[in-house]
Amino acid sequence: MHGTNGAIRTAYRAVETWLDETPADLLAQRHAEAELLFRRTGITFNVYGESDAEERLIPYDIIPRILTAAEWEVLRRGLVQRVDVLNRLIVDLYGPREVIAAGILPEELVFTNAAYRPEMIGMHIPWQIPVPISGIDIVRVDADIFYVLEDNARTPSGVSYMLNNRDVSMLLFPDLFARNRVQPIEHYPDALLATLASLAPANAPSKAAIALLTPGSYNSAYYEHSFLSDRMGIELVEGHDLAVRDDVLYMRTTAGPKRVDVLYRRVDDDFLDPLAFNPDSMLGVPGLFSAYKAGNLTLANAIGTGIADDKAVYTYMPEIIRFFTGEEPILRNVPTWRCREPDALAYVLDHLEELVVKEVHGSGGYGMLVGPASTVHERTTFAAKLRAEPENFIAQPTLALSSCPTFVDGGIAPRHVDLRPFVLSGSDETRIVPGGLTRVALKEGSLVVNSSQGGGTKDTWVID
Amino acid sequence: MMLASTADHLFWMSRYVERADNLSRILTAASRIAAVPHIYGDEPTNEWESALHTAACVDTFHATEREPNAENVFAWIAFDDDNPSSIANCIRSARTSARIVRTALTTETWESINSAYLELKRFPKTDSSPRAMNRFIDWTRQISMQVAGSQFRNMLRTDEYWFSRLGMYIERADNTTRILDVKYHVLLPAHEKIGGGVDYYQWASILRSVSALTAYHWVYRQSIKPWLVADLLLLREEMPRSLAACYLNITSFLDELAMVHGRQGPSQRAARALHARLRNARMEDIFNTGLHEFLEEMLVENGRISDTIAKQYYLQ
Repeated sequence: MHGTNGAIRTAYRAVETWLDETPADLLAQRHAEAELLFRRTGITFNVYGESDAEERLIPYDIIPRILTAAEWEVLRRGLVQRVDVLNRLIVDLYGPREVIAAGILPEELVFTNAAYRPEMIGMHIPWQIPVPISGIDIVRVDADIFYVLEDNARTPSGVSYMLNNRDVSMLLFPDLFARNRVQPIEHYPDALLATLASLAPANAPSKAAIALLTPGSYNSAYYEHSFLSDRMGIELVEGHDLAVRDDVLYMRTTAGPKRVDVLYRRVDDDFLDPLAFNPDSMLGVPGLFSAYKAGNLTLANAIGTGIADDKAVYTYMPEIIRFFTGEEPILRNVPTWRCREPDALAYVLDHLEELVVKEVHGSGGYGMLVGPASTVHERTTFAAKLRAEPENFIAQPTLALSSCPTFVDGGIAPRHVDLRPFVLSGSDETRIVPGGLTRVALKEGSLVVNSSQGGGTKDTWVID
Repeated sequence: MMLASTADHLFWMSRYVERADNLSRILTAASRIAAVPHIYGDEPTNEWESALHTAACVDTFHATEREPNAENVFAWIAFDDDNPSSIANCIRSARTSARIVRTALTTETWESINSAYLELKRFPKTDSSPRAMNRFIDWTRQISMQVAGSQFRNMLRTDEYWFSRLGMYIERADNTTRILDVKYHVLLPAHEKIGGGVDYYQWASILRSVSALTAYHWVYRQSIKPWLVADLLLLREEMPRSLAACYLNITSFLDELAMVHGRQGPSQRAARALHARLRNARMEDIFNTGLHEFLEEMLVENGRISDTIAKQYYLQ
């Protein structure tokens, strides 16, 4: 919230005034009310392996995170550019592979990668858009520099928190909204629906039937699945609600089978179709992939898009963007050492205590070493892992992440934040609602914002 | 048109909420009559034992080898995790179904069920003082009112609504029949002569367990006669918990469904036949051929209609 010289950034002035005027006990009361609202609505997530806490709340912080319209405009342009390239990259990797032929991306990074799906090679991807829904994780290090931390091209989650955070903060702090011109985000479900509808297969009826496939009510993101299908007015289906006949996907209804044209699937590749992928999957639909192959079904997202999530592929994104667009990347990558390169590995091993080392296929903040917060013992163990399989790791500097005032036990204190905007790529246009989901590391000094590791969320404002 | 599995969950969600409500009424009736001194009758009856019968959990209770006293039976029917049909478990089951079909519920309905599930954790399970019992009973009824009320007031009149309502009335028909069957012996006409103070309380307690004591007086305008109690709960359509009223509703909801789907099927025919039978029945004939036998048959028939609905619409 403060600029480098300690002055309050203009964007936060209204919030600062409001924080000064509002008595501490009222803030605490609002904080408690917010928690109650979330519980009542059932905005919870499930944590695997914690039977006692089957349904937990992601802590919501009452103080919004603020971006100016000018800052957002730069981000937005950068996101459109990046996601356009992600889509082109995936189409290319399962098609002509020009990016490999041109020597931009080493082929072993692609073909040995578990997220790369040979089944998809040569497949027609409806509208050439394999990634209709993406979430790009962004961090800010100073007033002008935003870095892309991670691309999520598989099944990014969290958008329901973005929307619920806005609902709750409008309910709790109407006066604060009255003082600021906050750009609305409520139309996200409409934008998602329009995006999905724009991608229906060519042979679908003019009003395509769209459904959301969930692994079920025990899944950690189940709330989000039901929330989104409700807001879009589309059926929320599980594998057993679906069946494939003659390469067409149907859902079982009280009036018999009904055709499905577009499936927004929140089930991982492996579990989608026991005939094509993991044969033990109970979550998927036998024959689903053949319906896709026959061109009777659009999958959002397509199969095998996880290749773009890969942290090793990520390191090549600036070159990939230049290759496909001939433009300079608008959003930068975090400077990254690829441990597969011997020089880089040597540097990383020498500087473990100042670096963050991540597994290239990992997610959720697991399997990483945060150098400055690590013990000598942890570093020694990690160094051994690094030497054994250097190609599995990348390293990045610990960033001076921007922080944002946050309501904590001791009052209001700065905490580190990141931002996940959600980008919707349709056949007609790219839609992005202003802002995104701000995640906040609630532990003092912590840089890990993942909800599975004690992170919270904030409402995110783009103000005029 | 809706997902077949959604119809299934909505049907059972409503059944569980209605069951929780019925159980709370059984508890009220039992605690009322247990408060009457037994010296008025020849043979002391254990009202709590009979509550277990009505709640259809007598076997599971005895398997625990607990004494069927007020505290134990109340705890068993209200809270016990090991009793699959305890009020607490009904609310949990309803909430599990509701969570799966959240998108088919209005916000109010979901929040009523979800709040109930959350509040459930707050009730002290060890306190079986009359005050605590009453508080829990009242709370349960408020939940079912909120759920049924929010459905009635706000739901679109589409498949979702008809299946929810069907679940509620199938469960209610089952419950009313069961209550009568447990106590049928005190309703037989021959009993009237024997009838003393305790019998009067028995009849009143039956009425109370379906919240019909006041209704009885408005309908018949006379003191409680056992055959009129049976008449009220079986054949009077103006009594919303009677078997006849349940089937009046079930037939009309099934007709609505048939209209939307453009086709009458086996469940419509079966429900209409049962309803016609109830309309044409006279209490006198039922007593002649055997009240107990009639009730047993109704229980079986109601279960069969529930299965027929499932087969016709969602267990293809």
